[in-house]
Amino acid sequence: MELFINQVLAGIATGAIYACMALAIVMIFQAIDHLNFAQGEMAMFATFIAWQLMQWGVPYWWAFLLTLIISFAGGVIIERVLFKPLAKAPVLTNVAGFIALFAIINSVAGLIWDFTIKQFPTPFGSSPFLGSQLISTHQAGMIGVTLALLIALFMFFRFTRIGLAMRAAAAMPESARLVGINTGWMVALGWGMASAIGAIAGILIAPVVFLEPNMMGGVLIYGFAAAVLGGLTSPLGSVLGGFLVGIFENLVGTYVPGVGNELKLPIALALIVIVLVVKPTGLMGHTVVKRV
Amino acid sequence: MSVLLSVHDLRAYYGQVQALHGLSFDLNEGSMTTLLGANGAGKTTTLRAICNMVRSTGGIQFEGKPLTGKSTENIVRLGIAHVPQGRGTFTTLTVEENLQLGAISRKDVKAISGDIERMYAHFPVLKQRHTQQAGTLSGGEQQMLAVARALMLRPRLMLLDEPSFGLAPLIVRDLFNILGKINREDKVSILVVEQNAQLALEIADKAYVIETGRIVMSGNAKEIANDESVRKSYLGY
Repeated sequence: MELFINQVLAGIATGAIYACMALAIVMIFQAIDHLNFAQGEMAMFATFIAWQLMQWGVPYWWAFLLTLIISFAGGVIIERVLFKPLAKAPVLTNVAGFIALFAIINSVAGLIWDFTIKQFPTPFGSSPFLGSQLISTHQAGMIGVTLALLIALFMFFRFTRIGLAMRAAAAMPESARLVGINTGWMVALGWGMASAIGAIAGILIAPVVFLEPNMMGGVLIYGFAAAVLGGLTSPLGSVLGGFLVGIFENLVGTYVPGVGNELKLPIALALIVIVLVVKPTGLMGHTVVKRV
Repeated sequence: MSVLLSVHDLRAYYGQVQALHGLSFDLNEGSMTTLLGANGAGKTTTLRAICNMVRSTGGIQFEGKPLTGKSTENIVRLGIAHVPQGRGTFTTLTVEENLQLGAISRKDVKAISGDIERMYAHFPVLKQRHTQQAGTLSGGEQQMLAVARALMLRPRLMLLDEPSFGLAPLIVRDLFNILGKINREDKVSILVVEQNAQLALEIADKAYVIETGRIVMSGNAKEIANDESVRKSYLGY
C-alpha cells in the first residue's frame, strides 16, 4: 500500500511538470492553431540561462525571476520574428518552422554550454517532506509551484481585462479586432506566457533529470500526451491530463511486469494514439466547428 | 450639420474581382443613414471597406481625418463600432464578458460597469442572461447583445450590417425602435445596411441605393419611400 501511495505522489509531482508543458502547448495552440514542437527546447534553453545566472552568483530566486522575464521576452521575439510572417502560411510551413526552431535551439545550447550533464540546484532540498518517506521536499515544491502558477493563470484569464482580450482573440480573432483588440499582440503575449511557463517546468524538472540540451525530449512527449488526453482546446483539461499522465506512467512502470523505466515513454505515445482513436477531443476539450 | 463620415470614390476588391466601382457618399453627424440594395450589390463590402477588412482604394474620412492605411482595430478605437453580419458574438464567452469586450479598448475603466447597467436597462433580457454563454442565446437576443456590445465602445458612429437578418418581424420592429432611440438620445450616428428597405426607410433620415457596386439613387428617406418608381425598380416592394 505504501508503495502505491508513494508512486501516486511521485506521479503527481512529475505530472505537475507535464501539466506545465501541456499548458504551454495548449496556450500556443489556442492562439495560432499549431503545436509548438520546440516548446521543450525553449524550456531547456531557459533552464540553461537560469543555471548560467546562478554560476555567475545570482541567488536562486532572483535567477528564477530573471529567467522568467528573459523567457517571456524570448517567446515574444520568436513569435514576432519567425511565426508572425508565417501566420497565413500553410500548416507544413509552420511545422517546418517549429522543427527548425527545435534544431537551432538544441544546437546553440550545445554550442554554448556543451552536452555534458550538469547538476541543477533545488531550492527546496531533497530531504523527506514533513518527515514522511513518501515524497521529497523538492517533489512537494514542484507540486506547490505548479498549483500556485495554475491559480495565478486562472485569475489572470478570468478577472483581468487583458486576460479577457486574450481569450476573445483566441476564440474569434475577427470579432476581437472589431472591438479594437490588437490580435497580433495577443498572440505574441500568448507566446511570451507559454515560454515563461515552459521555463518554470524546465527549472523544476532539471534537478530530477539533470541539465543537458536533450533533457526535455521525453518531458515534451509526456506534455503532448497530457495535452491530447485533456483536450487541446482546454487549458484546465491539459493540466488534469498532465497529472493523470504522471500517475499513469508511474503506476504502469511499477506494477505492470516488464515495463520498467525503459518502456515508460512508448506508453506515453501509446496513450496519445489511444486517446486520438477513442476520444479525439480529449477529456475536457470540445469539438471545434468550422464553417467552410 | 457637419459631415462625420465621408466616402469618396471607393473601390474594393476580393482578389481579382472588383466589388465596388467608385462609391461616394456622406454621413452627417447625428443622422441615421441607410444603404439599400439587393443581394450582392456591395452593401456589406462598403461597411467592410470602412473598417479596412477588405482591400480597397479611394478616400474615407472620419471627422475630417483619413482612415487610409489604419488597421481595423485602430479604426474601431476612433469610435467606429461595427456590428457585422452574423453578429460577431463571442459565443463561448458569457453575455457580460461580451459587453466588457465591447469596451475593451476604452481607457475610462471606471465608467464601464455603469455602462453595462445602462445596456441592461435598454435590453432587460440581457440582464436575465448575463452569466449565460452568448452562443446559447436566441437569434434576437444575440442581435441585441451585438448592438449592446457595439454601444459599449461609446461609439461616434455605429455600422450595422443587416440587423434584421433571420429575426421574426415583431423582434425586428423592437430592435429598430431601440436603434432609433439610441440615435436620438445617445447621439450615436448610425449607418445601417438593410434588405428590409421598407423598415429601414421608416426610421432613417437619409438613404442611398446601391446597385452592382455603384450608388444609383440618394436622398431623403421619406422621399425615396414615397417614390413609387424607385421602390419598384430597386427596392422590390
